[in-house]
Amino acid sequence: MTTMKSGSNLERVLASGQPAVTGELGPPMSADPAEVVHKAHVLKGFCDAANITDCQTAIVRISSVAAAVIAQREGLEPVMQMTCRDRNRIAMQADLLGAAALGVKNCLCIAGDHQSFGKAGKLMGHPGAKNVYDVDTVQLVGILKKMRDEGLQQGGDKLQVAPKFHIGASWTPLGDPMDFRPVNLKKKVAAGADFIQTQGIYDVELFRSQMKKAADLGCFERTAMLAGIIVPKSAMMLKYMDASVSGITVPPELIARMAKAREAAGDDKKKMKELQEAEGIKIAIELIKQVLDIPGVKGVHVMAIEWESALEPIVKGAGLYPRPTFADA
Amino acid sequence: MIVGSQKPFPELWEMVQGFKKVLVLGCNTCVAICHAGGGKEAEIIAAMLRMKAAEDGVALETDHDAVQRQCEPEYFDPLMEKLRGYDLVISTACGVGVNFLSKLIGATPVYPGVNTSFYGAVPAAGVFVELCAGCGNCILHLTGGICPIARCSKSLMNGPCGGTDKGKCEVSKDIDCAWYLIVERMKELGTLARLGEIQPPRNWATARDGGPKRIVLEHIADLEEAEAKK
Repeated sequence: MTTMKSGSNLERVLASGQPAVTGELGPPMSADPAEVVHKAHVLKGFCDAANITDCQTAIVRISSVAAAVIAQREGLEPVMQMTCRDRNRIAMQADLLGAAALGVKNCLCIAGDHQSFGKAGKLMGHPGAKNVYDVDTVQLVGILKKMRDEGLQQGGDKLQVAPKFHIGASWTPLGDPMDFRPVNLKKKVAAGADFIQTQGIYDVELFRSQMKKAADLGCFERTAMLAGIIVPKSAMMLKYMDASVSGITVPPELIARMAKAREAAGDDKKKMKELQEAEGIKIAIELIKQVLDIPGVKGVHVMAIEWESALEPIVKGAGLYPRPTFADA
Repeated sequence: MIVGSQKPFPELWEMVQGFKKVLVLGCNTCVAICHAGGGKEAEIIAAMLRMKAAEDGVALETDHDAVQRQCEPEYFDPLMEKLRGYDLVISTACGVGVNFLSKLIGATPVYPGVNTSFYGAVPAAGVFVELCAGCGNCILHLTGGICPIARCSKSLMNGPCGGTDKGKCEVSKDIDCAWYLIVERMKELGTLARLGEIQPPRNWATARDGGPKRIVLEHIADLEEAEAKK
């Protein structure tokens, strides 16, 4: 058996060669842990680990460190996200040591949405906040690796006990400038990423061609790729993502399928929602099967945003249930 | 050059409250080029303050003047006595001028008339863009002459984030994605392969993070000192 870097459940599943499933848990704007506990129970058993977002869209929420620990207590393995937006390298490394001390084993390094995103709709956010970006994602991956493998802080000071993280990074394969994206991925891999989770994929063929380019650069020799699946809820959501979310293109036939599901409901709003959600789950299952067929893809990262209960029918429908368990875990 | 924009008039009016004799002092270098704080703008601000004072029945005397550069002492020499004759000087130089004059002038307050914004260029008449962050450790030879520190909203060093859309930044469609520009430029130069090299965490101590900076050219400073002793 291969030596584990972190011994996390996600790392074990990937090492076993079975397709991995990660989910996503967004912490609340609240000091009450109940919502994290509830979501953890909904996700538990249907994924190998769940990403705990780090003040996603630059809105203040329970910190990813704390929410990760709450989820872990409930039996859901966390993938603690860490953005480069809010902390300098001192705070990052302190939080990494703290998280490791509390038993967190997976960490996903991301740039983070710009703080200007916080002001949207009814939310005021903190668009006037200072952005940190002391280090970027590639550098943060390198810092985690140096802490884990060399037992050293970024500045060179020795750690008495090194934090054993399974290191992740994100990838937007279909973002601009598209011909540079495989190189971008290669840098994250070279810096030390053990696994990669992508932005939501709807255009499977375009993703396949980006994967081929990344494979040619040697990106998947020791790094596992988890393709991102954003579960669509409605035709409107698909249209919005296609038009407004960076790095996401939605083929017109998928939007048409959702629109058809919506039309089938007539004027019945409740039915409209039900039929579109059912179609969304179907689409997610199909996408999962398609991406798992692409060489290099070792699992899926299913993002059912504020719709955690969708994970169960999706994972079951995709033939990915039950999730692997390990006797000695 | 240093680019700034004039403070909104209500803010300037608020600043002069309680003062009787105010000089608006322009700077005829950078801020004159960006139409924010040159001699002409200083004259207009002084006139606007005067008109507002007359309208409100407030006793306020305002004058205007300008120097070529408010960042070197010799430009103030012929003016210093005059400057000290006012209750308040509003400097429409960049923040450097306001700081510098504050130190030279003595007990007279110096207030800012301009919001100093960035180091930039003038790609077209009336348009000013930020191109440099003055970070003290230039890497433009590695990025095709396009600065990711000044021009990427996240100052990323190893490539674009996931927020690039059709060459624009996630912060605003009016902002070009610096990394999109860098990639295109390096393709043009045939140096794209260099972007595959990982840039390690930076030493920000050369930027503002290391505390206020001071550069002393000893061979010149020593000469000046010797001259002064003669």
